[in-house]
Formats: sequence, C-alpha cells, structure tokens
Amino acid sequence: MSNPTIIDFEKSIAELDSNLEKLRKIVQDRSNPQNTIELPLQIQGLEQDRQTILRDIFAHLTPWDNVLLARHEKRPYTLDVIAAIFEDFEELHGDRLYGDDGAIVAGLAKFAGRNVAVVGHQKGRDIKQRQLRNFGYARPEGYRKAIRVMRMAAKFNMPIITLVDTPAASADIAADERGISAAIAWNMSEMSQLPVPIISTVIGEGGSGGALGIAVCNVALMLEHSVYSVIPPEGCAAILWRDPDKKAEAAKALNLTSRRALELGIIDEIVPEPLGGAHRDWGQTMAPLQRAITAHLDRLCKLSADELVNQRYAKFRGIGSFFDESGAGA
Amino acid sequence: MPNDGWFRKKSKFSSSLESNSGDVPDGVATKCPKCSQVLFKHELDRTLKVCPHCGHHFRLTAAERIEQIVDQDTFVAMHEQLRSNDPIHFPDYLSKLEKYVGSTGLNDGMVVGVGRIDGIEVSLGVADFFFKAASMGSVAGEKVVRAMETGIEKHIPVVLFTASGGARMEEGLVSLMQMAKTSAAAARVASARIPFIVVMTDATMAGVLAAYASLGDIILAEPGATIGFAGARVSAQASIQKPPADYQTAEWQLAHGHIDQVVHRKDLPGTLSNLIKLLGWEAPSTHADFEPAETISAKLEVGAQ
Repeated sequence: MSNPTIIDFEKSIAELDSNLEKLRKIVQDRSNPQNTIELPLQIQGLEQDRQTILRDIFAHLTPWDNVLLARHEKRPYTLDVIAAIFEDFEELHGDRLYGDDGAIVAGLAKFAGRNVAVVGHQKGRDIKQRQLRNFGYARPEGYRKAIRVMRMAAKFNMPIITLVDTPAASADIAADERGISAAIAWNMSEMSQLPVPIISTVIGEGGSGGALGIAVCNVALMLEHSVYSVIPPEGCAAILWRDPDKKAEAAKALNLTSRRALELGIIDEIVPEPLGGAHRDWGQTMAPLQRAITAHLDRLCKLSADELVNQRYAKFRGIGSFFDESGAGA
Repeated sequence: MPNDGWFRKKSKFSSSLESNSGDVPDGVATKCPKCSQVLFKHELDRTLKVCPHCGHHFRLTAAERIEQIVDQDTFVAMHEQLRSNDPIHFPDYLSKLEKYVGSTGLNDGMVVGVGRIDGIEVSLGVADFFFKAASMGSVAGEKVVRAMETGIEKHIPVVLFTASGGARMEEGLVSLMQMAKTSAAAARVASARIPFIVVMTDATMAGVLAAYASLGDIILAEPGATIGFAGARVSAQASIQKPPADYQTAEWQLAHGHIDQVVHRKDLPGTLSNLIKLLGWEAPSTHADFEPAETISAKLEVGAQ
C-alpha cells in the first residue's frame, strides 16, 4: 500500500515510511560496502521507531480519530472483503422494482466451505466509482435488492453475511419519493424473521438507519476501528451546539467506538485490526475477520430456524436503558 | 391505579401548553401559522385545534389526542412510570429530560394503554411531540413494543399515533437499536394477524418513520403533517433538484404512494372505527374462528351497552 497521509496523526508515520523506503532502495545497491553494514542497522532502528510511534498514537486514539480511520479511503471496502475471504462470488443486481443501487452490493458466494448470501454497502475510491456508489449512501432500491437476495437465501437455507459501511442512507428527495424510510423499516422487520443465520460486521462506518437496514442479525461484529452511530458526529454537533466544527466533541459524546458498542451490549465481538489500522495491512485485517465469522457461523448453523429467529428477536428486544419509577420490575 | 395516574397527569397539560408549545402560545388568542388569522383559544378547543379558516391542524398533546379518539373514560394508561437512564452519559441529557418531565407531566414522549374506539378495545400508543420532539430512546421504543405485545396478548388491534423528530441522539446506539426493536415487534404483530394501524401526525421523521411508523397494515396521516426521512434542510443539501413546495407533507406522501389516506382530524375516530371493523374486529361473530365463545359473548355485552 502507498503512504496514506489523509489523517493528520498519520503524517509522522508517513514521513518515516518514505525515509525507510529510500533507505531500502539504497541498500539494494550492494556496490557500496557501507550499504551492507551501516544502513541495514539504520533501517532496523527506524523500523523500531516507527512501531513505537504507531503504538503510542494508537494507544491514545480519540473517538474522532476512529471516525477518520473508519472513513479512511484506503480501508478495505465490501468488495475488497468479498475478494479476500469469499469464493466464487456472483453479484446479483437490481431490486426488480426500479433500479440497481451501486451503494449496496449483493450476491451469492462460498464462505469457509458454505454457500452463503453476502450483502454490503459499497463506497468508491475515485470520482467515477464514488458517483456509481453514491459515496456509500444507499438508496431505497439498494435496500430492496438486499432484502430480495436475503429472502432467496432463506428460501435455500443459506446463511447471510452482511458488511456495513455507510455514512447514512441516501437523504435526497428522490430517496424520499421512492420510500427510503419504508425500505429500511421493512428490511429490519423482515430480517428479524428470516429462518437462517445472519452475521453482520461493521467494517467502516455504521451510519444510523442506513446501517441497520442490513444489520438486524444474530451476531453483530465490528472491526476495531470502525464506528457505529445514531447520527454522524457533524450532524450531532450542528444540532447540539449549532456548530459542525465541534464534531470531535460530538464523536466523544456519541460513544460510537467498537469498544463502547461492546460495553453497551450492542455488538458481540470486536475483530482486531493490525497496528496502524486496517488500511495498512488488508491481509492482517481479513484473517481475524474470516476466523471470527467462521466461528460464529459454525455455532449458529447448529441452531434450528426457530432458535435463530428467537435468539435474534431477544437480542434486539432486550436493548434499552430505563427504569420504572414506581418500583415495579422494568 | 394507572388510570388515576393518567388523569392526575392530564390536569397538568393545560398549564404545560402555555409554557411549552410552539403551536399554541400563551394567552387567550393565537395566530394560525398557516393563514395568520387570529384565533381564540376557546374557539380552537371547539374545533379540535384545527384552524376554522384554513384547516391547519395544530399539534396535540397526547392527552388531547386520546380525549378526541377513544370513547369517554375508557382509556387506561400503562407503563407510565418508565423513565430513561443515561446509558452513554450524554452531556446535559438528564437535566433536559427533567425539564420536559416538568413541562409536560409525562415521563417520556410516548403514552400507551388500552382504550375503546367505538366500543372496540384497542392497544393505543400516542406520541407527544411536546416532550423533546417525541424522539425515540429506550422508553419510547420499549413502550411501543409493549403496546404491540399488549395487542398480541389481548388479541386486539394496535393503533399508534406517531410523531417524532427521530431516534434520540442522547442515547446513542441504544436509541438507534430501538428502530430494529420496534420493527421486529411489528413483524410479530403481523404474524399474529393483529391489525396494526398507524396515524402519522406532525411531525413524523427519520428514525421513527424509518421503523415502526412505516410498517402499519394501514397508514393514515393528518392533513399538512410533515412526514419525511431527513429534515428538509438536509434533504435539500443532498438533492440536485429543488424540493417542491409540498415536499414531505402528508399530501406529498399520499401522492407518492406511501400512505393510504389523509384524514381530517374530525373524521379520524370514524375512519379508524370503520377500518377496524372492516378488518374483522367488530364485536359479533365475524372472526369466531379465532376466539373462544366467552370472549365473543363479552364483546356482545359491550356492544349492547
């Protein structure tokens, strides 16, 4: 991977990386004896420094840093995850009603030896892709495509794996016209009753209803530096303090990190990322993700349809933080 | 007695309206926000808080709504004492809640219970927009689900009057998950073949519209109610085209196929009663297959009253 420098706190690392690369090139020239003795030692030293700095930065990440990591453009997206840990993927297009939404990818594939349906939000990396993917803001037809494919998975008794990575659902006029609210609502409602295992992983941004529209599941996972939130921090800051620039404070207040989501009982497990974030080493990101999903799938596939539906219902039914003022059991 | 609690609280509403409401401000007179006519409060009370000149529907408190919809003295509130914790220790959340508890006399922006509409028992939920825009956190989500469960247990229709700014930011992910929780519960109502009727009132937005509010077997809306996914400002920013003048109104939603009818406030009790009966929930033998004989005779007695 080239040096990603979009995040401020990564700049010192980027500088070190570029120096290291220069040194490594020089070392390859073996005609100068200095290159075989002194420089490799220097490189070793620099590599150690780099690890120390990274460890230090990542030991003190703020929630806002996590938002930036979750949005990192070099982070693996849904199609990258599919390419890495799924086999024989066949993408299925369209909602059979209106169109095909590029912001949600759906299809059939093999995962760890099983036939599965896979559904995920998809962002783009260049201008053309971003337009095609609508920056990951899914439209009604995306949610309807997703539920169509999930329904088929249920029909053929296949587990469903969903990958969540959206800033939010599309909020433009066209989305309202075609019923974005109803599309999300019906997906959640119907997913709650599908008689097959559903495992959802937030791999980047878990943006409110747009995320939940494909994330009603038996097991919820989050990649370590992904975020899951009821509202984007910018929006929260605008409403609360009438100042979108207070996004870092809002990110802190919203408790949107994987650690907090786990503590709140919203997710079941955090999948660790390599030091420095998923964007620095896709391979080291995918292996633990594949292991985690496989382990949960092995367990869930032993449950009956009723058990799966009841477990999923109970999981969401139980979420809430309230008390009964009258003292009766809440 | 839940009933006592309800009426005790109701008495607080008259004062709360003056301090809290953006729609019906202080004093004896108010100006209609739509046609600017000056209206006397006693006049508005006679017209169900609908402007007699232009038909603008003012927002109602939950207590006012219940009084207009259910048969007199039949409403029994449930789960009134549920109050939210502060699961993510959000800045100023508890003090804000206290403020709304004080101004509305409610513990949250959703009132649920059981009452009769034209003699037919229903599980009723009514949002009160004056309580923090009836945003959905743990309490609203829980009460909606309990109202649905009551419908299933008692085998009676579920009728929900929605209004909400959306999921409640101050409870973070816990609020977000109420969308999934209420939508999953709605699926259970559907499986139990219980009628689920939604009446969208001003304003029904975002996290509530994108959850249980959109899942009714039948969806009605009050004239002029704002109904939309994102706020108009956010939508306009996200859109290439300019929003039409009636964007995100009940009428616009009707034209786009998202709701069944726009119903004037004065016609709501009659429309609801008729729909519930057409779905088979009239007292006599229309759904005898589902019910033990004693339930039917009990209903017949009610019908005879």
